[in-house]
Amino acid sequence: MNADAPVVRLTDVGKRYGNILALSGVNLAVRQGEVTCILGDNGAGKSTLIKIIAGLHPHDEGSYAVDGKEVRFGSPREALDVGISTVYQDLALVPLMPVWRNFFLGSELTTGVWPVRRLDVARMRRVADEELRTMGIELPDIDAPVGNLSGGQMQVVAIARAIHFGARVLILDEPTAALGVKQSGVVLKYIAAARDAGLGVIFITHNPQHAFLVGNHFAVLHLGRMDLDARREELTLADLTRHMAGGAELAELETELREIAAPEIGVVSERANT
Amino acid sequence: MTDTIEAAPPPRLDERVGRKSALARLFARPEAGALAGAIIIYVFFFAVAPPFRNASSFTSVLYVSSTYGLMAVPVSLLMIGGEFDLSAGVAVITSSLTASMFDYQLGTNVWVGVGVALLVSLGIGAFNGWLLVRTGLPSFLVTLGTFLILQGINLAVTKLVTGNVATDDISDMAGFSSAHAVFAADIDIAGTNVNVTVFWWIGFVALGTWILLRTKVGNWIFAVGGKQDSARAVGVPVRRSKIGLFMTVGFCAWFMGMHELFHFNTVQSGEGVGNELLYIVAAVVGGCLLTGGYGSVVGGAIGALIFGVVTQGVVYAGWNPDWFKAFVGVMLLLATLVNMWVRVQANRR
Repeated sequence: MNADAPVVRLTDVGKRYGNILALSGVNLAVRQGEVTCILGDNGAGKSTLIKIIAGLHPHDEGSYAVDGKEVRFGSPREALDVGISTVYQDLALVPLMPVWRNFFLGSELTTGVWPVRRLDVARMRRVADEELRTMGIELPDIDAPVGNLSGGQMQVVAIARAIHFGARVLILDEPTAALGVKQSGVVLKYIAAARDAGLGVIFITHNPQHAFLVGNHFAVLHLGRMDLDARREELTLADLTRHMAGGAELAELETELREIAAPEIGVVSERANT
Repeated sequence: MTDTIEAAPPPRLDERVGRKSALARLFARPEAGALAGAIIIYVFFFAVAPPFRNASSFTSVLYVSSTYGLMAVPVSLLMIGGEFDLSAGVAVITSSLTASMFDYQLGTNVWVGVGVALLVSLGIGAFNGWLLVRTGLPSFLVTLGTFLILQGINLAVTKLVTGNVATDDISDMAGFSSAHAVFAADIDIAGTNVNVTVFWWIGFVALGTWILLRTKVGNWIFAVGGKQDSARAVGVPVRRSKIGLFMTVGFCAWFMGMHELFHFNTVQSGEGVGNELLYIVAAVVGGCLLTGGYGSVVGGAIGALIFGVVTQGVVYAGWNPDWFKAFVGVMLLLATLVNMWVRVQANRR
């Protein structure tokens, strides 16, 4: 495997929104054939980090290199052109459009010369159907509006689309966040499939169980900084969960809660008496 | 049905999602409700108004429908793309006035004015689109603004230039007859006169349908109306699509404006107000979703056909034509409810 050289490497990357420091000193290496999990609580900077990698926002500090070459993307299209594809939380699918139209949206196949250049509907439908089947997804109707599919199926359609259009690095923004147990399992299976197909997967989640099921490499963000950066061999699910839950902070909170419990109630009951 | 659950060994398709019957698919189409409505209304007037049964009545129904329908084509496309254009009605008159006054005042061949009017109309569309994508304001506000601006300009400039509320007759000017032949000729078909706009209308509907369903641009129109942010994220040129849609409205407003000019020879500067709503109603009655992302050009055409049938039906039945608007209002509500009901039923099946 040529997975040793990272495809995406971030060195000391930081980002400010006005006077708010959203991200600072983040180091990350994403290799092909691996799942890199990025975990963190709400507001930890996960979204900012993927927006930088996906080309939605440029970084302010540090360096961002793809295949060892420093880059600075002006738009998601530029990131897409070097093979970095993002499946957003809201999927970037259009619910009222049929599956095959969604699959090729923005990269439609056409046939014929200009005045009569038209969609190659037959080929688009066939390819979409084939690609979905290869990923083990059988949909009852390729003409059904995407909005009729289940949450898990939509995620998988979006992932299949990214892979079909030559993604080398796949960024998945909380793909299991809104899903039930079984649907999450379906999505995790495709994450593993994408990894085994040689893609570098960046899996953003706040569920350590899901991350540990498929991840090779874990990064935990906390208040815009890296709290943990470890390979799978170096930690257990319990470690990961503890880091994710805030680690030391959680222990502190625990004692704090225990200490304040008695006097607080005392105050309330005193007030109730007066 | 549920017996097959055990029979499928591999993780196959979800057995709860059944295939839809051909009939359910037909009724799930956006224009199905409108088509049913059009047939019912046609049969109704056919029964109550004997003069309605003549061939010439039918061609006049088609003519009136085409005058709404030519504008319902771009307005439907625009609505599928998620926007309205309230300036579409007066923009038609702006176009006629421009051509008419340019020709008369400068004494040019009428085709020169026709060309200038085309540029003005495309410019108005581009301005609407540009303002929309630039400011991010809802199209309701942007085009309400241009509607009022154009309405004022139409009246003020016409009075300023001609000293009158109408333009001068241009029917004796060079190029008039050829322009009349293109935009307003009567064509004799089996003894009845059919206005050329009917054929243009059919052509525009066919072209619009082809673009919407069979080209990249059509895919983009559905996408920008359905979910703009998703469309942008996968690389659809959202701004260009929206500006293009408004310019299409501009183009058709020019075409309609030229018809009005060469049909009546003069233009009343206060006309056109209120028509923008009829175009929108035609699109909605035809099954276009007011919020965008769903609908068809054929639906808008059927909506326009319903207007044509009602306008002429009321006349042939000998009723007071004042009832027309009330009828349109009832149609709008009924059609919207029927469409909603049909879609829910079709998706449930």
